[in-house]
Amino acid sequence: MSRVAVLKGGRSLERQVSLSSGARVEDALERLGHEVVGIDVGSDLLERLREAAPDVAFIALHGPGGEDGTVQELLEVLGIPYTGSGVGACARCSDKVLAKHALREAGLPTPDWVAFSEIALRELGAGDALGAIAHRLEFPLVVKPSSHGSALGIKFARIPDDVPAALIAALSYDHKVLLERHIDGRELAVSVLEQPGAGAQALPIVEAIPLGQDFYDFAARYDIGRTRFECPAQLDASSTARAQEVALAAYDVLGAYGFARIDMILAPDGEPQILELNPIPGLTETSLLPQAADAAGIDFDELTRRILSAAVPASPASSPG
Amino acid sequence: MSAWDGTRRPPRGTAHELERYTGLFAARTERMRSSAIRDLMAITERPEIISLAGGLPDTTMFEPEFFRSLMNGVSNDSLAQALQYGPTEGLQAVKECIVELMAAEDMPVAADELIVTTGGQQAIDLVCKTLLDPGDVVIAEGPTYPGAVPAFCSYEADLVQIEMDGDGMQIDLLEQTLDALAAEGRRPKFIYTIPTFQNPAGVSMSLPRRRRLVALARERELLILEDNPYSMLRYEGDPLPTLRSLEVPRGSRDGGDFVIYTGTMSKILSPGIRVGWVVAPRPVLAKLQLGKQSADLCSSSLAQHFVAAYFASGDWREYIELFRDRYRRRRDAMLDALATYLPEEARWTHPGGGLFIWVTLPDYIDTTDLLARALRENVAFVPGEAAFDDGRGHNSMRLNFSSSSEDEIREGILRIGKIVNEQVAIYRSLTAGKARPALPDDLPAASPGAEVVSLPRRTEGARSRSRSRER
Repeated sequence: MSRVAVLKGGRSLERQVSLSSGARVEDALERLGHEVVGIDVGSDLLERLREAAPDVAFIALHGPGGEDGTVQELLEVLGIPYTGSGVGACARCSDKVLAKHALREAGLPTPDWVAFSEIALRELGAGDALGAIAHRLEFPLVVKPSSHGSALGIKFARIPDDVPAALIAALSYDHKVLLERHIDGRELAVSVLEQPGAGAQALPIVEAIPLGQDFYDFAARYDIGRTRFECPAQLDASSTARAQEVALAAYDVLGAYGFARIDMILAPDGEPQILELNPIPGLTETSLLPQAADAAGIDFDELTRRILSAAVPASPASSPG
Repeated sequence: MSAWDGTRRPPRGTAHELERYTGLFAARTERMRSSAIRDLMAITERPEIISLAGGLPDTTMFEPEFFRSLMNGVSNDSLAQALQYGPTEGLQAVKECIVELMAAEDMPVAADELIVTTGGQQAIDLVCKTLLDPGDVVIAEGPTYPGAVPAFCSYEADLVQIEMDGDGMQIDLLEQTLDALAAEGRRPKFIYTIPTFQNPAGVSMSLPRRRRLVALARERELLILEDNPYSMLRYEGDPLPTLRSLEVPRGSRDGGDFVIYTGTMSKILSPGIRVGWVVAPRPVLAKLQLGKQSADLCSSSLAQHFVAAYFASGDWREYIELFRDRYRRRRDAMLDALATYLPEEARWTHPGGGLFIWVTLPDYIDTTDLLARALRENVAFVPGEAAFDDGRGHNSMRLNFSSSSEDEIREGILRIGKIVNEQVAIYRSLTAGKARPALPDDLPAASPGAEVVSLPRRTEGARSRSRSRER
């Protein structure tokens, strides 16, 4: 039995999801017999952590602050072991542009893209180059903030005239935005979990199948009732193996640890194209990683136990993250 | 790890949890959705945020000493009743206060023509409950009160919104819509309107339009739900007659046929006490009362005793005067700040009363995304999308001026203005290039020195190289 601080909430736009993830993790940890201290992360985090003096921290935060290495860095300083990926991996994954560069350099498939900073667009006239860039990437494009894992700020640009408004929306979330070639394919989420003694293993794949007409409405695609999730996804053995292989390779390349969810599109040519790696994916009742674990016969308590145990013996403080 | 001892909850946590409940949910819950906006709004309550998002009256002006004396009175004179259930239709003493309030606005009403509700919101809910079958059409203004949209949705109504201008709902458009619906064999069950100082638009329906709307309802035998929370918060101009008073002339014994009227104590006394009321044609009122019985038996007796004591204690008009003075100054501060800090492309309404200003930005700015950006600067508003059920309103926002100080309002608008100006500048720089000749294919996509963060070339060579490494 350990004393576990569950870090949840925080100031990010994904606060609500994080509170649900955190509450669910707390319940599981209590059932596992641990002493649980829930901390809604705010400016008094340091003080709360000193007060709680936990043996280990379970980070159930999503979005900037919690998933980008900030909290992980603080925990390193305090010498408190924590769940999930280390500082470096979190920083790489929360910046989609950095992550895509790392994947591309390692030879892993990810859709073509162009990235801009706000300064470039505003002060250096990079906007002039948009026409040529869009021509290179081909429409439709997906325009997204470089940080943030949720659907917020992600827009489709079907034609060049859609691009300026889409850029402005994405810039509302981050100073850096990317224009990514949209690949019309099946949406897959491959979860990876560290297995005791066996290293990281890929779980059964979840496919997100949008229902109805609002295909281009990203918010709808994350909304229960407007998207159907199938797990395990109906894929042939070689596609499944290839998607899992690519997911594990991305996990390694980005230096993730403990658990993660890799989102990808299965392109019509059969090749999975990696969109992003979420170092702390949602752990709510409707989240994809718990669904995938369940399909592998790992219930939520066992999932929580494994994530926690990966943190304790070999603290990620010593990992290269 | 401790053993199960029977006092703990049984293990749960499988992914089947949700499915287990989903099968039990009523079909109407499909329409009850959480939204990106709601997730964002959850963050607006942080203390460091200047929130122009709420619709909150300023409750800091109520004297604690006065409150104590009122509650002492309740405690001395009617404690047992205040702690007891009350009649479903409301306490007689409160109904008499409401009769007095309505008389002050030229609306004669008998105490047995109204029921006390748990806020005006319950009146909306009860009217929906009484009138709507799934798929029925409800007509409302576009934009409409954001809190009414989920009420209509939860009864599976088909909401049709009629665009407004500076004189409120456009009755021509309403007629066209009614004709178009009639051609499909559909007749709306009711028209929901806030004619005076509308939430969120801040505009009032003109007198000629009010007359036409009432005539139209009579002609086509449609019910109107007139929601009137703000008419006493008037900062300029003369009062306009309510739809109810146009339908039921002074001295008439006729209770009216087509206007259901709802009022509230929320904006003239306190929203925390949750006391509102609804006046309706008697057959409708009887159904509303049955609906209320199943909803909550009766509104809080304690709150109603407080209301009765408050109205018995002196002139309720004085407190409203305090609100009006304060809110008028805050409205003026907001209008000044908007004129100072917003770009020339922005448009906003000039409310003669109420709590809200409706701002419309260029259509390339999505106010839900803008809210995410504004939250980084610790300022919040309601994105316009929340006031529509059909995706409109994406470039508008509702600003509230009653619950922040003049300094906070100026600071809040300054921050919003700064962001909007930045976005307008970016848009201009992006679209200015459009007029230039398109760049040839082989030109580097960014000129030297430009801060293009990354530009992977989509060349076949690079692609096959990366492929070969993957496999």
